[in-house]
Amino acid sequence: MNNIIEIEGLYKSYGKEDVLKFVNLTLTSGKIIGLLGPNGSGKTTLIKILNGLLKDYKGKVLIDGKPVGKESKAIISYLPDEPYFENWMTTSDAVHLFKDMYKDFDEQKVLQLMEQFNIEKNVKIKNLSKGMKEKFQLSLVMSRKAKIYILDEPIGGVDPAARDLILDTILNNYENDALILLSTHLISDIENIFDEVIFLKNGEVLLHENSEELREKRNASINTIFKEEFKC
Amino acid sequence: MNDFNSNIPIYIQVIKSMKMDIISGKLKPGDKIPSVRELALSLSVNPNTIQKALSELEREGFLVTERAVGRYVSDNQELIEESKNIEIDKRVEYFVKDMKSLGLTLDDIKNHINNLKEDHYE
Repeated sequence: MNNIIEIEGLYKSYGKEDVLKFVNLTLTSGKIIGLLGPNGSGKTTLIKILNGLLKDYKGKVLIDGKPVGKESKAIISYLPDEPYFENWMTTSDAVHLFKDMYKDFDEQKVLQLMEQFNIEKNVKIKNLSKGMKEKFQLSLVMSRKAKIYILDEPIGGVDPAARDLILDTILNNYENDALILLSTHLISDIENIFDEVIFLKNGEVLLHENSEELREKRNASINTIFKEEFKC
Repeated sequence: MNDFNSNIPIYIQVIKSMKMDIISGKLKPGDKIPSVRELALSLSVNPNTIQKALSELEREGFLVTERAVGRYVSDNQELIEESKNIEIDKRVEYFVKDMKSLGLTLDDIKNHINNLKEDHYE
């Protein structure tokens, strides 16, 4: 288990507003880690920095020992919180795009997942329902044999019945020694799959602990502890 | 089956539920245990949590691993019998305490039990 993500003194502001205030985090591979915090706590900003989408930050961010860049993008499979497909794109276009872009992409796997989710080939992505779009995007992202999966709110838009399916898809398809960093605000639905949880509050790491030890220590669920820490 | 109580470490609940299955005979000596990933999926639980629970069950002697083949329920009848008796005593004690809180004596409780009819519980 190596430190596949190392973050030291990470600071980011939008104008006068501090969004990340000197965040330190070390994340090891082979784990499923929950990045938890209310809206505006800095989750998506942190995730965008890890994926090289935001560059004007201060501090040190190392992915597999190297700064964010081409090499880190090649090993991170990223599910953004909003779909990024162009209006003209069909499901098959997106599959081909992933095939061209990522060496570690397994086309057979995505086709199999699409069949499982009843997502057809050659249909315009913009015509899919919100839940279908999420499933399609997750199928693409989980069909890469990546070292790191970063999933920003993967269960946000689907109904509770579909959440189990999404969780199964994640558990069933990731590489054993990979790191999964998953952000969500729907904690109770998903907390049993986390090795570790990170609580982010106003741009600071409030807590980063093993979830089983946390339950033992506080005699409470992660969901309850979260509510206690974030009550207004 | 995903009725874990998230207030208690999940691995402890996995251990308990699997022990129950062994004690009750739902899982029999020699039965193969599903792989870590299969269990993680069917219980919607982190694979490392399952790994930890299975290792503990192995350490306690309930499971054995055959290299490159998989995990099995061990044929340790003595351990299974002993655990079963502990579990029975625990539940009887709980039941008796509960009945005593209703004002019954041990003899009252025995009388009630003697009057039970087996077929009622089939």
